[in-house]
Amino acid sequence: MMLRWLLGALLVLLSGCVPSPSDRQTIRFWVMGREGEVVARLLPEFERRNPDIRVRVQQLPWTAAHEKLLTAYAGDSLPDLCQLGNTWVPEFAALRALAELKPEVAASRVIAAEDYFPGIWSTNVIDGRLYGIPWYVDTRLLFYRRDLVRDAGFDAPPRSWEEWERVMAAVKENAGPAGYAILLPLNEFEPLLALALQQDEPLLRDDATRGAFASPGFRRALDFYARMFRNDWAPTMAGAQISNVWAEFERGLFAFYISGPWNIEEFKRRLRPEHQRDWMTAPLPGPKGPGASTAGGASLVVFRSARHPQAAWRLIEYLSEPAVQVQFHQLTGNLPPRRTAWRDRRLADNEYAWAFREQLERVRPAPKVPEWERIVGEMQMTAEQVVRGRVGIDQATQALDRRVDAMLEKRRWLLARGKSQ
Amino acid sequence: MATRLAPAIVNGLLIGLTLVSLFPLLWMLSVSFMPAGAASVLPPPLLPDSPTLANYRELFVRAGMLHYVANSLLLAAAVTLCSLVLNTMAGYAFAKLAFAGRERLFRILIGALVIPGQVAMMPLFLLLNHMGLVNTYGGVVVPAMAGIFGIYLVRQYALSIPDELLEAARMDGAGEFRIFAIIVVPLLRPVLSALAVFTFLGCWNDFMWPLIVLTDDELQTLPVALASLSREHVQDNEMMMAGSVVTVLPVLVLFLALQKHYVQGLLMGSVKG
Amino acid sequence: MNAPPFAWVFVGPALLVIGVFFLLPVAAALGLSLTDFDIYALADLDNLRFVGLDNYLRMLQTPLFWQALGNTLYFVVVGVPLSIAVSLGAALLLHSRLARFRSFFRTALFAPVVTSLVAVAVVWRYLFHTRYGMVNHVLDQLGVQPIDWLGDPHWAMPTIILFAAWKNFGYNMVIFLANLQAIPEELYEAARIDGASWFRQLLHVTLPMLGPTLLLVGILTTAGYFQLFAEPYVMTQGGPLHSTVSMLYFMYEEGFKWWNFGVASAVALLLFGLIFAVTWLLLRLSGRGA
Repeated sequence: MMLRWLLGALLVLLSGCVPSPSDRQTIRFWVMGREGEVVARLLPEFERRNPDIRVRVQQLPWTAAHEKLLTAYAGDSLPDLCQLGNTWVPEFAALRALAELKPEVAASRVIAAEDYFPGIWSTNVIDGRLYGIPWYVDTRLLFYRRDLVRDAGFDAPPRSWEEWERVMAAVKENAGPAGYAILLPLNEFEPLLALALQQDEPLLRDDATRGAFASPGFRRALDFYARMFRNDWAPTMAGAQISNVWAEFERGLFAFYISGPWNIEEFKRRLRPEHQRDWMTAPLPGPKGPGASTAGGASLVVFRSARHPQAAWRLIEYLSEPAVQVQFHQLTGNLPPRRTAWRDRRLADNEYAWAFREQLERVRPAPKVPEWERIVGEMQMTAEQVVRGRVGIDQATQALDRRVDAMLEKRRWLLARGKSQ
Repeated sequence: MATRLAPAIVNGLLIGLTLVSLFPLLWMLSVSFMPAGAASVLPPPLLPDSPTLANYRELFVRAGMLHYVANSLLLAAAVTLCSLVLNTMAGYAFAKLAFAGRERLFRILIGALVIPGQVAMMPLFLLLNHMGLVNTYGGVVVPAMAGIFGIYLVRQYALSIPDELLEAARMDGAGEFRIFAIIVVPLLRPVLSALAVFTFLGCWNDFMWPLIVLTDDELQTLPVALASLSREHVQDNEMMMAGSVVTVLPVLVLFLALQKHYVQGLLMGSVKG
Repeated sequence: MNAPPFAWVFVGPALLVIGVFFLLPVAAALGLSLTDFDIYALADLDNLRFVGLDNYLRMLQTPLFWQALGNTLYFVVVGVPLSIAVSLGAALLLHSRLARFRSFFRTALFAPVVTSLVAVAVVWRYLFHTRYGMVNHVLDQLGVQPIDWLGDPHWAMPTIILFAAWKNFGYNMVIFLANLQAIPEELYEAARIDGASWFRQLLHVTLPMLGPTLLLVGILTTAGYFQLFAEPYVMTQGGPLHSTVSMLYFMYEEGFKWWNFGVASAVALLLFGLIFAVTWLLLRLSGRGA
């Protein structure tokens, strides 16, 4: 009698454990760009391990993602979790749209903060609170033509600004009037930003409420940047005016190109086999030696309004497993943010990726204010005007500071009221 | 001598203008049948060497174009229907039904025609957000359910309905609604068909408002989907052309079938006297 | 006396929709433009401040605003006469007794008007591609250097002007055509008896009779052209070097990219004021001229 009762209870318990279809939670996951196209392939394994969770992926194009996210925030229709470029994290944190993740990380057996590159991890920490888990990283460093640099008389890539200038001057001399030493598309802000982050002075001062672009550090970076155009080492054009970057790189139009991880696969794919030994990557030179670079990439965030936050967190844990990160790398060429994942042979043996491994230990985040994206746009516009000779550096940086101060006025007011993040 | 050249010149110019007018559309059609990358060659091709339906397949299978077509159709139909009903009733009333402040109200509405719609966009967004209509079909349909231009068109046309007809019906004891439905609406058929075509085309091609109000992939209309595809896939030109064909073809066919009504409607609003 | 209450049933729904979803937001825009509604206010309405005319003053000090204004004026000043000239020309050609296959031509010339702007902008973007575009290919055959239509700050706006003319000329053409058909034949007869050439007939009969239509078309086209948005959005994203940022594009970016609703509303109202002023000016000038 007792046995039957026990069996009955056991059956009831078991049937409760096996999720019926109606118990399945569906989490909404927004992804952008190439990652969006590819992440679906990683999900079947996750759903197999977590039969009570179904993931519905929606892909957003990068060009509209920002607007869509804000509209969804306003309309209260945000998904459970989302891929968020790490420069957007401060903005959504300021909107109080993101859930804090420190408790989850503390309890997690998969995610350990120490395993991540510190510069990248810190892009998600605002005012001491953790708002996202890095998913993949992006930084900028040198892609260069080994043969052209060798022909100019140098065996190794430059490690400091001074060396770099010497190499570029020599390459330009060899290239003649129709060639260049480096390609710096004027619409890309990352190269200048990287040079600026290498300086000791921050880009914003007074608790990130005022611009510090007139500081000696940024002026030095801008001067170095503008010099490359003045000396005709870099062509004065925007990215759209180069019809095919890879073809021109192969042709030898320029020897240096500051770009990110996705171009490893692109260069391997688009350059002809006989030219594959002619190019290499190298960490970015800094003012006095190897320098810092931008801490880009995207994080996975959980929204405060998520209907299934625990399920969303489990997906984040899954995507943060080193093995899954390596898989993701195979599919997209994106670099993992965890050192453990980098030990995998597929990354450890990729000679083009070594420079990235080194650089990632030296990345610095941009100022973590919601207005940053606008500010960096202004920075690039200013740089372009300086490069095109329309305005001098002193005047330009002071004007930039004035505009940035105006943009940050509200933040100053909120901080004064004591209501900011 | 001059008289012999003249027809050649006139028709020659017309042919030239027509070529300029139609060439982009015909080329768009041609490229949509080319395999990927075939159009990015020098010299640019006019006709496909090996026509293929791959782009269309790609569009409908991978990019889910059918969904966007359905959305556009649904929204355009809903807006056309609602606005026809509301604008016709109001236009008729402004023309034939007496009520206090009628003329003054109408003049205010005409004055409001000058205001560009974009002025209202942000507060309208906040209002719809408050009502929970952002990111829903309602967000597109509800604000478009009536329009000043439509009311104006109907009123202008309805003015020509003989008063005696209406009076006679009233004296026979017919209610206002019966008069409207049975006598007025059939008489308004030309302006209604013009307005219907106008409104449908306008809603199908509308871009800025659906871009702002609809965020969910599933709800997007064709032009918005096409715009975001084009900003993303800068390299896949052949597929873009196929997307453009899908966006343009239904409207063009509708226009060819109903151009008489469309042009009529256009003229009704613009020709003085 | 059934008429009055019934009338309200007829006008009521439409007036309600227009009132709530158009007139009310327009009035609200006025109010919104006097605040600093931004992303912080979106998070917490407590962060909203009343700033009076500050948004307007700040706009007047923003270089990009003036550039947007300049670009828009450039587009209107060059685009409107071009579009009207082509429309008038096409209408005159179609109206001529020498023209054949009139209804085919009319349909063909009108076709671009009904197409979706986004769809054809994509096509034009490709036709004007620097390397693979048909236009540069033809120029190349004629021995002209290729032009970077959409990548060169000097050529981007002209390309958009050309595009707008192509897309819209059919609309005004139909209006002109209808009004041309309304000009009495006797006037032309009289001119021909006096020995006037076709050109003098054009100058002394056609254009004067079209006067009111020209004014109407001019005002409609001008008002429409001030609202330039979709072309830059699809074809150039406001570039290169912000040479194709129009006032509406600027407003859109302020409002829906950076979420500064206060500033964006101010821009929209400024645009409205501009359209109103220009329209009023056109009306006054024409009144004096006639």
